[in-house]
Amino acid sequence: MSQSADLIMEKHFDPVGARVGMWLFLFTELLLFGGLFLLYAIYLNKYPDEFHYASSQLDQFVGALNTIILLTSSLTMVLSVGALQRNSRNLSMLFLVVTFLLGAAFLVNKYFEWGAKIHHGIYPNSAELLQHPQGEIIFYGLYYTMTGLHGLHVIVGMVIMLFLLVFIGRKRSTVMTMAHGNLEKLLGKSLSLTGPKNQKIWQSEPISEEVQEIKLVVKGLITQEKMNSNAVKLENSGLYWHLVDIIWIFLFPLFYLIAI
Amino acid sequence: MDNKHEEHQLISYGTYIMVWLALLTLTGLTITVAGLNLKNFAIVAAICIAGFKSMLVLNYFMHLKFESALFKNMVYITLFTLVVIIGLTFTDISFR
Repeated sequence: MSQSADLIMEKHFDPVGARVGMWLFLFTELLLFGGLFLLYAIYLNKYPDEFHYASSQLDQFVGALNTIILLTSSLTMVLSVGALQRNSRNLSMLFLVVTFLLGAAFLVNKYFEWGAKIHHGIYPNSAELLQHPQGEIIFYGLYYTMTGLHGLHVIVGMVIMLFLLVFIGRKRSTVMTMAHGNLEKLLGKSLSLTGPKNQKIWQSEPISEEVQEIKLVVKGLITQEKMNSNAVKLENSGLYWHLVDIIWIFLFPLFYLIAI
Repeated sequence: MDNKHEEHQLISYGTYIMVWLALLTLTGLTITVAGLNLKNFAIVAAICIAGFKSMLVLNYFMHLKFESALFKNMVYITLFTLVVIIGLTFTDISFR
């Protein structure tokens, strides 16, 4: 009996399997960016001087600020996961909101950074950029592609966080109904609600033959199962967010620092 | 069934904050090293520091340190593949 109950649990709740799946997806992301890093490395090798010069034109301060923002967002993400594992829903959601805002701050900085470059006429295929040496054109091409693709991942991560806030914040009402057949046994008896210390909070009228149905509505109930399944979702989204952070850890020195 | 116990191996908030401080310190170090004008060594130093930072994120924030051998093997085989791809490409372009 208990074995079959375990089997059913296994079917619905497989955190290890879910994590394996998430990691496999992350590997595809790693190879996607890996290919671009390879492209970067080869062109750096071919045009070292142009890459150094173009890199010196980027704003190191904004780059460093965004690094600090993303590293901090990774911290708040992992704290959010830790809080949910400890069953503190509100704290978890608070950390998740902070993570979301840090992601937004990262994108705002990126917007101003790209905006300044575009304002100076430096964007792929612009008349201004095409007059620069070949190495610089490639550097900026890679810069827009790689930081742009990374920025897209940040946006996706933030959308996932919004979904998680709904999942974790949602309180569902549970309705239990007793009808007809079962009610005969309860005739003449009454329903009561007792508190945690066995004190009686509420007692109903005795159940008469006129009663057709008894409906029990529990509002705002969050089961441990729901909590665990949300923790798995949050943990796996956290893995994605940290990968986005790791990619930035490499993008930052390669694009912003090689020239100093 | 063991998996369920592993699942709730909690890591203290303090550990996470220490890792975060280490990551910020290493970011400062990358910027300092980049300012030293080490020419070709600069890029090697930057990659090494970034690699070390990634290991911190992987092991602590992504919990790889506390995962079973299955996860560790999966990740290291993937990283090894990536290194081989990049390494082999460089043996090609360096000897053209």
